Amino acid sequence: MSRTPGWEKALRYLLMLLVLAVTVGPFLWQLSTSLKSTTEDVYTSPPRLLPGHPTAHNYAEVADIIPVWDYALNSLKVAVASVLTNLAGASMAGYALARLRFRGRKAAGLAFVLALLVPLESIVIAQFTMMRDLDLANTLTAVVLPGAVGALNVLLMRNAFAALPREVEEAAVIDGANAWQRFVRIGLPSVRGTLAVVAIFAFMGAWDDFLWPLIVLTDSDKFTLTVGLNFLHGTFAQNPRLVAAGTVIAVAPLIVMFACLQRYFFRGVGEGAVKG
Amino acid sequence: MPRSASRVRTHRAVTPWLFLLPGLAVVAVFSLYPVLSTFSKAFTDARTLTGGHWVGTANFRGLLHDEQFWVALRNSLLYVLLVVPFTVLLPLLLALLVQKQIPGVAFFRAAFYTPVVASVVVVSLIWVWMLDDRGLVNGILHVLGAGPVDFLGDSWLLLLSAMALTVWKGLGYYMIVYLAALGNVPRELHEAAAVDGAGPLRRFRSVTVPAVRPTMVLVGALSSVAAFKVFSEVYLVAGPTGGPAGQDTTLVMLVQRTGTGLNGRVGYASAISLVVFAVALLLMLLVLRADRTDRKEKY
Repeated sequence: MSRTPGWEKALRYLLMLLVLAVTVGPFLWQLSTSLKSTTEDVYTSPPRLLPGHPTAHNYAEVADIIPVWDYALNSLKVAVASVLTNLAGASMAGYALARLRFRGRKAAGLAFVLALLVPLESIVIAQFTMMRDLDLANTLTAVVLPGAVGALNVLLMRNAFAALPREVEEAAVIDGANAWQRFVRIGLPSVRGTLAVVAIFAFMGAWDDFLWPLIVLTDSDKFTLTVGLNFLHGTFAQNPRLVAAGTVIAVAPLIVMFACLQRYFFRGVGEGAVKG
Repeated sequence: MPRSASRVRTHRAVTPWLFLLPGLAVVAVFSLYPVLSTFSKAFTDARTLTGGHWVGTANFRGLLHDEQFWVALRNSLLYVLLVVPFTVLLPLLLALLVQKQIPGVAFFRAAFYTPVVASVVVVSLIWVWMLDDRGLVNGILHVLGAGPVDFLGDSWLLLLSAMALTVWKGLGYYMIVYLAALGNVPRELHEAAAVDGAGPLRRFRSVTVPAVRPTMVLVGALSSVAAFKVFSEVYLVAGPTGGPAGQDTTLVMLVQRTGTGLNGRVGYASAISLVVFAVALLLMLLVLRADRTDRKEKY
């Protein structure tokens, strides 16, 4: 690799720090606000970046006002369920589309492409009436179901399986392995990077979704964190410390999870997911 | 043995469908069927609790005279017009910035992805707090000697703030898409251009842009559809009623407001949904049509 001139490196770091301030700065500002005590003015000019006397009091208080931990638990249930259904459903369907020969394969693939093209926002009302008819409205099950197997995830898995060399499986076929055994023992272990990407996308998608849970959930004890926080925003906007504490609770688990998995994630994306 | 041979054949025919069943069922029941049901409901006067009767094109004729609908359509289209150019260009520049393998660059890449990871509700609340008339942004403006800007009081500033939020939240996501594409650009092209005496700007225009053009088109298509369907950012920044006099309502906000609740006008909301559906598909086709050069890069 050719050597990078010193000035170019310096410029790159300078620009990266600038972008860092713009992308991560707001989160740090929110964290700082959440740690400021009620005696501290949060509206000083110039803005005070660090809390004078950091306190965790706001976290206790936000939990008194809205059941933020219950909401977090609801979000966690929804997100974990979505990860499991997406991993299972998308990898199985992807494997069939990429690795099995059968009549109707093209039509089945087309169904997923069509589903990918449907703007979900344009069918939420129809989904909502369906959940009502199924007597599932206002349940966490209804929150999970529409995204239980994402069309995009199926196509990502199909591409990952399609990229595997044929020879490995041919040996297994000769050994008498059936499709399920080949899928579990040879297919799945070879596409771990893409599975990680699907898992992260499914978790984030479910944890962060707002429109659908807002529409389908009515009882406040069923709320997921995003819907609950919106409620906090409306009612307690006068105390930004509490809103800040609520948002930190909502975003911290995701940032920690992402920080732990990011290596895997970036590798998985680079490997085949985006290249196709 | 003929019996086992036929059993193998049945297995071969049935097994793939067993693999496909969960995925196909979810997609068919919760994505494809609702499209058909939206189509048929759009021509009825259905309410949340009643099935409704066929009313022909009454809902669509109603839309023509519905001032809120035109405001919402305008806002959603403006969103596409103003958000997409930034979403196509800024993440590309960002990807170029973090493309080079220099120490610590992995940290920056991951950090730039933070806004993507955070939920839209969280980032909206953060931005509302920062754009408050006494918030961080106005604090910084004050230090710089500029007067306070009422970001959250004016309907145009509200909409622009929501757009800025959308661009900011998408930066990291599209940066990753570009990074993957840039990885495929042959290094020799850059070197050859450098030998020919092309400066960085020139090389960006004549080497990088043509090489990632298919990706730019893809990003353009994805982000225009996403921008047209915007709901959460505007709902959270401008409020459920869409800012002063509802002037910041977007189409999907109108769908949500019209079609839900105990007395939701499901038929009318379905008609608006169809408009969202049609325009979204049209946008996708328009952008993809603009690029016919290289089809091999896509699926």
